[in-house]
Amino acid sequence: MTEIKIAKTLDVRGMYCPGPVMETAKAIKQIGIGEVLEVLATDPAAKPDIEAWARRTGQQILDIQQQEGITRILIKRVK
Amino acid sequence: MFSGTIDKLMPVGIMASGAAASGYEVNLFFTFWGLTNITKIALQNQPSQVDKNYEQMSSMMMKKMQEMKYPMWYELIRQAKEIGEVKVYACSTSMEFFGIRKEDLADFVDDIVGVATFLDKAEGGITLFI
Repeated sequence: MTEIKIAKTLDVRGMYCPGPVMETAKAIKQIGIGEVLEVLATDPAAKPDIEAWARRTGQQILDIQQQEGITRILIKRVK
Repeated sequence: MFSGTIDKLMPVGIMASGAAASGYEVNLFFTFWGLTNITKIALQNQPSQVDKNYEQMSSMMMKKMQEMKYPMWYELIRQAKEIGEVKVYACSTSMEFFGIRKEDLADFVDDIVGVATFLDKAEGGITLFI
C-alpha cells in the first residue's frame, strides 16, 4: 500500500452502533474534499456499517484493516 | 412511534441517528404511548419501563447501558437532528387524549400533525410501526 496522508483520526474505540457511524458522518465534514479520515473502532458492526454508510453517502473507502479487535478504516472524502 | 416502553424507544433513537448519519430523511411521528414520552416532564423523569414481557431483564439491561455509556433514545434523536434531516412530529389527537399541550412537548419536537401528514411524509419511503 502506498503511503496515504491522514488529515484526521477519529477514535471511536469503545463506542457502539450507531456511535461510530454518527461520529464518522460528523468527522468527514471536518476534513476537506480529497483528504483522508482514519477511523479506529472496536464495535464489530463498524466495518459493515461504515461500508454501508460510505455507499449510501458516496464517500470512498480506501482501506480496511482488522486486527486484535480493532478495525482501522481509511475514508477519502470525495464530496 | 406508537409504543412507550424503553425497549421500543431505544431502537427508534438508534435507527433515526444511524439513518440521519447516512443521509436518509427521517420523519418520526409519535402517537399514543410514544407521544407520552416526548414531553419535557417525561424526559426529566426516570427512563420508561421495559415491556412487561421482558421486565425480568430490565435492571440488567439498564445497568449494562450505563456501563456502556450508551446514550438514551432522546439524546440519539437530538444528535440525529444535529447531523441530518430529521423531523419529530407529535400526534394532535393523542395530545388531546392525554391532555398534553404544545408547551409541554420536548424541545426536539418540530410540529403537531395528524395522520394525513404522516401518510404524506411516509409515502414512497421505508415505514416502521414501532
